[in-house]
Amino acid sequence: MSTLIALETARFGIPQWLWTIGFIIVKIAVVLGGVMLHVAYATYFERKVIGRMQNRLGPMVVGPYGLLQPIADGIKSFFKEDIIPTNADKPIFFMAPVLGLMAALSSLAVVPFFNGFVIANINIGLLFLFAMSSLAVYGVILGGWASNSKFSFLGSLRASAQVISYEVPLGLSLVGVMIMAGSLNITEIVNAQSRYPGGMYITAQWLGFFVFVVSAIAETNRSPFDLPEAEQELIAGFFTEYSGMRFALFFMAEYTGMIIMSSIAVLCFLGGWTIPPFVLKILPFLGVVPGIVWFIMKLYVCIFFYYWIRSTLPRYRYDQLMAIGWKVLIPLSLANIVITAVLKILLHHTGTP
Amino acid sequence: MIPLNWYLWLSGVVFCIGMFGFVTRRNIIIMLLSVEIMFNGVNISLIALSHYLEDLAGQVMVFFVIAVAAAEAAIGLALVILLFRSKETITVDDLNELKG
Amino acid sequence: MINQVFFFYFAVVIVAMSLMAITRRQVLHGVLYMLLLFFHIAGLYLFLNAEFISAVQIIVYAGAIMVLFLFVIMLLNLREDVRKKQFIAVWPMGLLVSVGILMVILMSMLTVHIGTKGVWGIAQIERATQTVAVGTVLYTQYLFPFEVASLVLLVAIIGAIVLAKKRLR
Repeated sequence: MSTLIALETARFGIPQWLWTIGFIIVKIAVVLGGVMLHVAYATYFERKVIGRMQNRLGPMVVGPYGLLQPIADGIKSFFKEDIIPTNADKPIFFMAPVLGLMAALSSLAVVPFFNGFVIANINIGLLFLFAMSSLAVYGVILGGWASNSKFSFLGSLRASAQVISYEVPLGLSLVGVMIMAGSLNITEIVNAQSRYPGGMYITAQWLGFFVFVVSAIAETNRSPFDLPEAEQELIAGFFTEYSGMRFALFFMAEYTGMIIMSSIAVLCFLGGWTIPPFVLKILPFLGVVPGIVWFIMKLYVCIFFYYWIRSTLPRYRYDQLMAIGWKVLIPLSLANIVITAVLKILLHHTGTP
Repeated sequence: MIPLNWYLWLSGVVFCIGMFGFVTRRNIIIMLLSVEIMFNGVNISLIALSHYLEDLAGQVMVFFVIAVAAAEAAIGLALVILLFRSKETITVDDLNELKG
Repeated sequence: MINQVFFFYFAVVIVAMSLMAITRRQVLHGVLYMLLLFFHIAGLYLFLNAEFISAVQIIVYAGAIMVLFLFVIMLLNLREDVRKKQFIAVWPMGLLVSVGILMVILMSMLTVHIGTKGVWGIAQIERATQTVAVGTVLYTQYLFPFEVASLVLLVAIIGAIVLAKKRLR
């Protein structure tokens, strides 16, 4: 910060630090706009994919192939009446959806979308992502508590227990990646992957990747772990009492969380914006494709995987969910850490990287 | 540059606010919260000292304090649940069976 | 100049939030003020070049301990206790004692002077990156306390389960 202010070299009469701040603001606007667009079209993509899997067409009415459906949905929820329950704790009721969306959106600050394009290239990027994903639970808990309704309350109790328990394997599964890359900086992790023979850490960290995928699905409350919003038991879970724009905020937070989890998977296991070196050796013309294209392609593969699982598997029972988290995933991820660390030390001593 | 003393004063004030809460509130959950505030007051001074002394021991100590705080919260809240189950209250003034 | 402004902002907010947290009648509001307090303390740590600890502060305090508090508040039905008086009858005595101890602390801090400096200056930490530096010290110099801390956590896990579990018989 101090070095930044000291560099007051003027360009066009505007001091340097103002340029830097302006540049950061433009970056934030670009990222937020882009991600919000993708959030809107992720819902469209979900309805199309699930529709096709169930032998339906999905949304077709609004616009060609239903392409304007997300925009119509947004306008509709924006103009709906905003209902507040009588005995609600009003400040907390208003705050909960904003808090949930805020936690999801602030994780975007450390996600590098392609080489060099990241709002804040900090050394503790991965820890920052953990911190923000652990804050996502506040929107859920407070929303359920403030609505003062039994369904919301039960939903939020379930959701918070689930999110806290699955945070542990989620964090531990990424420790293997940290050990292999030797850094917490996400850009560093991606660069380390491109130096790695396979080009992606999924080859060596398949166990970590498996644990990560399962706990990411549970962490974002998606099917088959969508117990907090099980329609048959709890109406809609913690946001039963929310309507209109506030409901849309919760919805956006959920899809942003999905995009964040998918981008962590892409960056830490699938090589981010790079393509594996051996592919580049066989097909050298792929090198001209910009990194953002690879990133978005990999991202949508992950998101498609979410939808595929949702339309394939039935919902788990609550005790099964907890048993998977504590008795299967945590021991597996711990074993993964031990194996990775031992292998790294052994290979380091024998000389190969 | 900010003098070290400012950080130490801030940490002292936070610590004493936590202590005031701990000795005067009657709600046992707020009392546990006050203990967390006291921990944080001490942590501020440890981190500040670590920065000014250019020694990482302070940060390592904060790491341990956070671990102990987590353990304390888990045990303390388990005790609160037990208490509520048997006495249906978490106000410390109502727990006076041993009063002669 | 800008450093002082930042410090004053953080100091004022930290003191205000901790006061708010201990005086709320509704426990849940107290927990939310604590959440804000932890964020500002994490900001202060960033200011003191302790980025790893500030991330740990948010993950452990805001992400785990406060969620545990919220969870217990939701499990217990506290409608009765909220209506009772918040403070003990002799709270001015508590205030007096706290202010007295505060005075002692502040007076003793007037004589603080910085002693011999260690080896981890800002330049060295930046070269090794913060996380590596803390890790190196933690796993070499402080390995035994680290193991003790892990044992404390293990005891806490077992203790919490034993305490909170309903009798099976």
